Amino acid sequence: MAYSDKVIDHYANPKNVGTLDKAKSNVGTGLVGAPECGDVMRLQIEVDEESGLISDAKFKTFGCGSAIASSSLATEWLKGKTVDQALAIDNMDIVEELNLPPVKIHCSVLAEDAIKAAINDYRVKNGLPELIAEKKAH
Amino acid sequence: MSLQFPIYLDNNATTPMDPRVLDAMLPYFVEKFGNAASRNHSFGWVAEEAVDYAREQIAKLINADPKEIIITSGATEADNLAIKGVYEMYASKGDHIITCTTEHKAVLDTCKHIEKIGGHVTYLQVKEDGLIDLHELESAITDKTILIAIMYGNNEIGVIQPVREISKIARKHGVLFFTDGTQAVGKVPVDVNADGIDLMAFSAHKMYGPKGVGALYVRRKNPRVKVTSQMDGGGHERGMRSGTLNVPAIVGFGKACELCMNEMAGEATRLSKMRDRLEAALMELEETYVNGNREHRLPHTTNISFKYVEGEGLMMGFNKNIALSSGSACTSASLEPSYVLKALGLGDDLAHSSLRFGLGRFTTEEQIDFTIDAIKTTVLKLREMSPLWEMFKEGVDINAIEWAHH
Repeated sequence: MAYSDKVIDHYANPKNVGTLDKAKSNVGTGLVGAPECGDVMRLQIEVDEESGLISDAKFKTFGCGSAIASSSLATEWLKGKTVDQALAIDNMDIVEELNLPPVKIHCSVLAEDAIKAAINDYRVKNGLPELIAEKKAH
Repeated sequence: MSLQFPIYLDNNATTPMDPRVLDAMLPYFVEKFGNAASRNHSFGWVAEEAVDYAREQIAKLINADPKEIIITSGATEADNLAIKGVYEMYASKGDHIITCTTEHKAVLDTCKHIEKIGGHVTYLQVKEDGLIDLHELESAITDKTILIAIMYGNNEIGVIQPVREISKIARKHGVLFFTDGTQAVGKVPVDVNADGIDLMAFSAHKMYGPKGVGALYVRRKNPRVKVTSQMDGGGHERGMRSGTLNVPAIVGFGKACELCMNEMAGEATRLSKMRDRLEAALMELEETYVNGNREHRLPHTTNISFKYVEGEGLMMGFNKNIALSSGSACTSASLEPSYVLKALGLGDDLAHSSLRFGLGRFTTEEQIDFTIDAIKTTVLKLREMSPLWEMFKEGVDINAIEWAHH
């Protein structure tokens, strides 16, 4: 199976690989997937408390090229958005942007799950109720 | 000599054809096109003579009689013919077959078919090192057992099963012994008599011959073995496999066997040295494991897990330049981790993190140097990107985390 140029580019030059301080109250961390399934994503957001905008986003991913590209793209999209805008990111946007084939759609679902998990972590840390995400079929 | 890309290190999937094999085949496409079954004219005689000669070359490689070689379209067909053919031929004696969980799909799926039509199959588990337990084998034998089907060398991890011990047990209980020799024949000395093999499948394209041709060895003496034909027609191949013989491919198969016969010993030494060098260099990386028994294995194969890095993602780091396989080529389209590695007791995470290296006749030291560098660089890069690696480095017990399985 051939990967799209965009997947190859994100794989070769991943954006925003790294770790934020998860102890900070304005940092939300999402860890999704499972080693047994061959995909684990950790995505983190840092929210600027004055503007309410996501000022930084980082990821680390164990997985195939599409999983790495999906999380790299997600961190790019997150920066500069409000938390509410970030919640609107849909996995199909990622599929479209990266031209993911059907067998790799689960990578985009995982990236969306990671965004939601990071936001929830941030909300809980800041005394907000956890959002009940509609469960996507994997 | 400068390196040519991509480098081919997937010789367990298929091998490039040796140019000497092609040369042997060429006259049999246009000029000597006859049907080997045409008894009335010289076109037929020429083709028949070529097939007879090839059959001798093939038989010699495994120390068999040419009459014991049944030509097929490849090892998959030979696996089917052996298992289904014995099951039907020996129905009055019993209906039980013993095999193991790490066999090739051509054997496992054929055994599944046997179960569907009413037969019984025991699937032996393998030990951590990929070898079967001989006591388990012996105690699985019943008075209904007609066949033991255990492969010679494994396609994914390269381990060589204790064939001689298996055949002794089979003989002792009057059970036939079939082995899938696809990966072993032409790579290590296989002697059907010394090894006590009753039936054996093998294939030309794994030993620098053409695709689409293989053989089933069927013992004629002590005991005389028969299989029920699975392809009816003109009664070719002593009635066991009808169909006009693919003369050029058979000629190529014969030539490939002759070359292996002459060059196997030197090649095995050269390849195992290179393989060991590759393995030692990659093992310098932390948390890297060789899968399967390292003593009893094919000289050209190694299977290595790079923990905390996913195999497909790893391959993407160099698959423009290096062709190799993560798990078996037959199943890698499914994205499931290799069933062979799981049978060794590897967790899904390690099974997902494995690469199979298959060296071959045309592999060079320079190619191995390049491969070592490329893989080390990619593993290190991906580990920097892996949350699991970070957790491991921080001393977090990954198995203690409650992962959301999907």
